[in-house]
Amino acid sequence: MGVRSVTDNLGIQRATRDQGSEGLARMLGWFSLGLGVSALAAGSRLARAAGVDDSRTARTVLRVTGVREIGHAAVLLVPRRAGLGPWTRVAGDVLDLAATGRAYRNRCGDRRRRTGLTLAVLGGITALDLYASVRAARNRRIRPGGFAHGSVTVNRTPEEAYRFWHDFENLPRFMYHLQSVTTTGPRRSRWSAKAPAGRTVEWEAEIVDERPNEMIRWRSVDGSRVPNSGTVRFTRAAGGNGTEVRVELEYAVPGRRVGTLVAKAFGENPQQQICDDLRRFKQVIETGELTRSDGTPDGTSIQNQAKQRPARPLATHRTA
Amino acid sequence: MKANCWVAPNRVAVEEVPDPTVLNPRDAVVKVTSAAICGSDLHLLDGFIPAMKRGDVLGHEFMGEVVELGSGARDGLRVGDRVVVGFPIACGDCASCQRGLYSVCENSNPNAAIAETAMGHTPAGIFGYSHLMGGYAGGQAEYVRVPYADVGALKVGDDLPDEQVLFLSDVLPTGYMAAEMGDVKPGDVVAVWGAGPVGQFAAVSAFLLGAEQVVVIDRFPYRLRIARDRAGADTINYEETDVLDTLREMTAGRGPDVCIDAVGMEGHHPSAALHAYDRAKQAVKAETDRPHALREAILACRNGGTVSAIGAYGGFIDKFPIGSFMNRSLTLRSGQAHVQRYMRPLLERIRKGEIDPSFIITHTMGLDDAPHGYDIFKNKQDDCLKVVLKP
Repeated sequence: MGVRSVTDNLGIQRATRDQGSEGLARMLGWFSLGLGVSALAAGSRLARAAGVDDSRTARTVLRVTGVREIGHAAVLLVPRRAGLGPWTRVAGDVLDLAATGRAYRNRCGDRRRRTGLTLAVLGGITALDLYASVRAARNRRIRPGGFAHGSVTVNRTPEEAYRFWHDFENLPRFMYHLQSVTTTGPRRSRWSAKAPAGRTVEWEAEIVDERPNEMIRWRSVDGSRVPNSGTVRFTRAAGGNGTEVRVELEYAVPGRRVGTLVAKAFGENPQQQICDDLRRFKQVIETGELTRSDGTPDGTSIQNQAKQRPARPLATHRTA
Repeated sequence: MKANCWVAPNRVAVEEVPDPTVLNPRDAVVKVTSAAICGSDLHLLDGFIPAMKRGDVLGHEFMGEVVELGSGARDGLRVGDRVVVGFPIACGDCASCQRGLYSVCENSNPNAAIAETAMGHTPAGIFGYSHLMGGYAGGQAEYVRVPYADVGALKVGDDLPDEQVLFLSDVLPTGYMAAEMGDVKPGDVVAVWGAGPVGQFAAVSAFLLGAEQVVVIDRFPYRLRIARDRAGADTINYEETDVLDTLREMTAGRGPDVCIDAVGMEGHHPSAALHAYDRAKQAVKAETDRPHALREAILACRNGGTVSAIGAYGGFIDKFPIGSFMNRSLTLRSGQAHVQRYMRPLLERIRKGEIDPSFIITHTMGLDDAPHGYDIFKNKQDDCLKVVLKP
């Protein structure tokens, strides 16, 4: 279940799941289920095909393998656990190869030929399982932290967009995870982000590079508990129709502790977060307010979209 | 306050809900004096537009009096003003609004990501029109919150009754835009599928733009009668005669210059077998919309003519006659009405007596009777063409 990014109509990049590795894991799951069921239901025929129908032990092993395959299937087909699934299959493959290898050494003639064939098939399956495991693991590695980017077109000049962004105290108006940003010097600012259980995470940031109306680059100062940096670029859209705003955020290599802090500071999914942030940036800089409906009173948020209220007035009011 | 809410497919109920208030600086709260039931509400009613939630307040055609304003109201709107509100919620500041494309406002749908998943890009938010279009409470209620009121609410003064100005909120601009998108020129023959309120206004508007003949197609004699008597159109009952043959006959083989689909996603077909085919595909979600009128409009249109699709569609269709469309140099135009663009000029035409939109009203009732209104409108009972609710 990996994450890659796609660009939507506003030019906002957002995260989407890598369906490829998920599909392969699912296919392997169904394969396991089929194998498990046939090992239990038609054990003797399978034993004959594998060339081990002469041994009582082999048939018992085959039945145990059948039960194990159904276990693999359960792990692979239940979506939440699918990430680990391919590795359980690889472990099973090693057992199968060892058992069949042993059977091969003890057989001769036609049986030996069939066990050999089984070995070859098992080898192929192992390779496929390894590929699926590595791919799933690589996809999982893209976690909070690392890199997130997005872009949006706003109906404002580069000057206006730059001026708005350059005042970092404006950022919490559209970046929901930020509680406040306080300017502490010409290039310095103090950032405070909401963390679970009403706690906050704070860090100091400084502007390290800027080109008026074009670009701002900032990063947390040395010793920050949440090492991070960001760049925002402003370019004139084709035909002079507004300004393209592109944001890149980078976090320190997420060690476990720092990774958790980053998640607290930037939300569970920074890529999704930045997409929401940019939509809200567009709303604020174009209309002067955040778009709010009765179903979505807190404004645009992909995360909250599934938990919408009915489209009827709120019982308790928050007035503007 | 009382409000008409969606409860379940084919069930609405008037329920007690909290009063709305101002949420944003540019909001207004309007006390509703008249609200209509729209044909597109019927697509919500039976669940053909997805993303409805139990308790959603319906209604996107309404007018009333401003009773509360946010701190940032622009454009001289005052408490006490009598206003008609356009159904698309539009910010007025984004690039689309500034091009006059209000129904594709880039900022008014807070649920843009859902709509992008379904449609690629998001249209504007719409009052009482599912969570796909923003999850805004609608105006079939005693009060309604109007976001960006400076763009959406048009002051109408006190010289005209509700019945004459109410339809500036949707069906009149929608019918007018259908004719305008068809590029109706003086002398044109225009065919309109659907004799509902939008079809009636499309016919009236086609004449305003200079059409010489307008032919309206439907299957309900009472609706065709109104099209003849009030819009001055010729009519075809598609259950009695073949539409393509008749149109060919009427135009001596050419076909109408402009064909307007004012039916949309829940069309019917005189052939029971063909209707059943699309109905079945819809039931198993192999297509979401039944495009009988659109298919026929394309086949009927003269070579090089324009097809204007104004009836509401929600998802996907099949058997789109692309061969006829491509080989015969047709033009297809479509869109939800950019109401804010047409409200002022159409108000002027009403003031000058060029249009009296009140002719479509067949029923007026209290808000409490809204479920009954939906019922007779949906089932075409009691010669129902348009229901106006008085909260």
